[in-house]
Amino acid sequence: MTQTQTQTQPRPSPLVSIENIDIALPAGSDRKFAVSGATISIDRGEVLCIVGESGSGKSVLASAIAGLLPGDGLQVTKGRLLFDGQDVLSLNEPQLRRLRGARIGFIFQEPMTALNPLLTVGRQLAEALEAHGHPASPARIGELFSAMQLPEPETIGRRYPHELSGGQRQRVAIAMAMACGPDLLIADEPTTALDVTTQAEILKLILALRVSHKLAVLFITHDFGVVREIADRVAVMQNGEIIEVGNARSVLDTPQQPYTRRLLAAVPTLDALRRPSLTDRVALLELDGIEKTHAARRGFFAAKGRSVIALDGVDLELREGETLALVGESGSGKSTLGQVITGLIERDAGHFRLFGDDIARAGDLFTSQRRPAVQMVFQDPQSSLNPRHDVRRILTEPVLRAGLSKAEAHARMAMLLARVGLDASVADRKPHAFSGGQRQRIGLARALMHQPRLLVADEPVSALDVSVQAQVLDLLAELQRDLGLAMLFITHDLRVAAKVADRIAVMQQGRIVEAAATDDLLHRPQSAYARALLAAIPGRAHEADFPHLKRLQRDTA
Amino acid sequence: MKRRLSRPFLTLPVLFGLIVLALLVFCVIFADLLYPGNPWRMVARPNLPPLSPGFPAGTDMLGRDLAAGLVHGSRATLVVAFSVVAFAVGLGSAIGLAAGYLGAAIDEGLMRFTEFFQTIPGFLLTIMIVAIFSPTRWTVILAIALMAWPPIVRVVRAEVLSLRRLDWVRAARVSGLSHIRIALLHVLPNVLPQIVVQSSLLLASAIMIESGISFLGLGSRDAVSWGFLLGSGRTAFSVNWWLSTLPGLAIFLTVLAFNLVGDGLERWLDPKRSRRAGP
Repeated sequence: MTQTQTQTQPRPSPLVSIENIDIALPAGSDRKFAVSGATISIDRGEVLCIVGESGSGKSVLASAIAGLLPGDGLQVTKGRLLFDGQDVLSLNEPQLRRLRGARIGFIFQEPMTALNPLLTVGRQLAEALEAHGHPASPARIGELFSAMQLPEPETIGRRYPHELSGGQRQRVAIAMAMACGPDLLIADEPTTALDVTTQAEILKLILALRVSHKLAVLFITHDFGVVREIADRVAVMQNGEIIEVGNARSVLDTPQQPYTRRLLAAVPTLDALRRPSLTDRVALLELDGIEKTHAARRGFFAAKGRSVIALDGVDLELREGETLALVGESGSGKSTLGQVITGLIERDAGHFRLFGDDIARAGDLFTSQRRPAVQMVFQDPQSSLNPRHDVRRILTEPVLRAGLSKAEAHARMAMLLARVGLDASVADRKPHAFSGGQRQRIGLARALMHQPRLLVADEPVSALDVSVQAQVLDLLAELQRDLGLAMLFITHDLRVAAKVADRIAVMQQGRIVEAAATDDLLHRPQSAYARALLAAIPGRAHEADFPHLKRLQRDTA
Repeated sequence: MKRRLSRPFLTLPVLFGLIVLALLVFCVIFADLLYPGNPWRMVARPNLPPLSPGFPAGTDMLGRDLAAGLVHGSRATLVVAFSVVAFAVGLGSAIGLAAGYLGAAIDEGLMRFTEFFQTIPGFLLTIMIVAIFSPTRWTVILAIALMAWPPIVRVVRAEVLSLRRLDWVRAARVSGLSHIRIALLHVLPNVLPQIVVQSSLLLASAIMIESGISFLGLGSRDAVSWGFLLGSGRTAFSVNWWLSTLPGLAIFLTVLAFNLVGDGLERWLDPKRSRRAGP
């Protein structure tokens, strides 16, 4: 891949230069261009972060650099796109293939779907090497795996993707992207699907690779914490336009555009916003030694599979009017606990008292007195509303079945829709007409239709953009205060927990390792795990307590 | 970014399918007006070729009007096809919904039961049943339906299994709705597009099987059917090529039409297809 290019510019040309590019969306879309009038360059060896909310066109722009635009839908209609002096837009498919992999590495968001489940990871890495004519000796593969700091680099290549953890899979994906020694690494939200401690490790790895391989990195993210951690320069995108570009420090500390300022203001900070809870309130919910084991489904002829311990003796108390945040990484059992409390799954052992009554089994929650009192808000706004029912039916059907009169149900619906900030006219529309944030508001209104006393919110904002997230969190906190609800707020994000919770309980491997008032937990964590979680939160490097990552970046700069 | 491509239902192949089906429905409804009387009657000289005056499809060796046979045959054929679909969709949806919704133990039992029917060579079973019982229209329908429902179960169950894990089903549970209500009024309507598509394909295969049975001479003799016409003309194919060819063509066009419309429905009802985005 040596190609002599006549340099027209006097100073060393940037690795990637994009000039005034337009990328058209297919006809009939909500806007004409996915990306319009974007001009940006990436220098050799720098980390450029593109930040934006979903639909801002940031992924499309990155795909265009690697020539990965889906041919049928998106097309570059205007502008120039040069990679190392080469016009990417004029290349044909074989030439693009030589460019991708060899000179541009790409990492995707979801490490599970980026790898082929039927091939061992070593085979897939070998394929990436061979595709560009590099020898794929076992030694070379082991070397690459060890450069990604994977355990047992000599033998891990014989494993299949499902045998690796999310973080390990992402390291394999990075190994494949780095296999042929590219000049540019494009990372499209590579840490969004990962736990916060894993995310910190992957970010560290990318920064280390950038130094050792003189790599330019184009990093796409929606998380300003991550930006603060790794970026040299930042570009902010909104509705397909790059509205602000600049030095990371200057954009983050003195943003020029109102949109950037709004985004930055929406990032939750780690300050406890609420006073510690009042201890003289009545306990609504008391859990004592709750256990749950997910038995692997046993086939008729198959041997019994492995079972997974999801809850391993959980003690928890929730008082009237209190918000308790349950924080933990994926697999910690926090969602399982939420489902046990709402009666969606049966527990194996332990005492469960609700409103002072013993709940012997999950079915006891489905009585006409208790069911309305315990309600739930779900995580994914795309799947939490029945696509075939209109909002009116979604909201009123349960209360009508519970015996409320039609007039009362509609009055309550109108009141709650107004309360969650939606117009009364939305009642006759179906879920697909709404954005993620609006759907989450509808989901919240649905949970409140029964006038519950205890609300379980399972990651209600993790699928939302940061500005929408802030609005929904404010709404939740406001409703919780006004209605005197007790709320169990399940989240993986300590920053979000800090914003809404009176108390925080940290879960790890089915146990609660620490529960304390929000302020105490954030500033005086007792357990090692809580400290590790706090340390892994991205973007805190500028705070005095956590200098390690910034130090790493400064060393590399 | 979600792509919102508008996909019209009326593409050229679907239009063709619909035209054929419209013709067919016309024949079914107006068979007695077009060709009054019994189509088995001998009305003209034997072995008239097609496009003879008064007999557009010619006559057979006994002088029976083939056009009358074809028009009346559409009735028998479609009655069988639609009855089979009604039976198979009813049974298949019920079993599929139960298997998908009611959990692992019931699922296991119902699926073994379904697999039992799937492992039997379907066409042979149908022939056996028709041969053992008297070949009335209803035994033919029952025999075909018995082998037609398992694919519906598979489709419905797979869809219900994936829907059941979605949050809106949990939300319905938490809001206190009963299982029966959730299964029938919330989950089932979301499976309907798949059922509709499967039905259109099933219609086509039911027509094929019915024709196969009639071709073998095992079918109901109460009414003319296309398969019977095809089979009875077979022996004289070298002389009267149209006696087998025209019923065969009718079967071919009908099956093709149902398949085309089915494909069109599948694309059109796909939940990922564009919907009018509300303001």
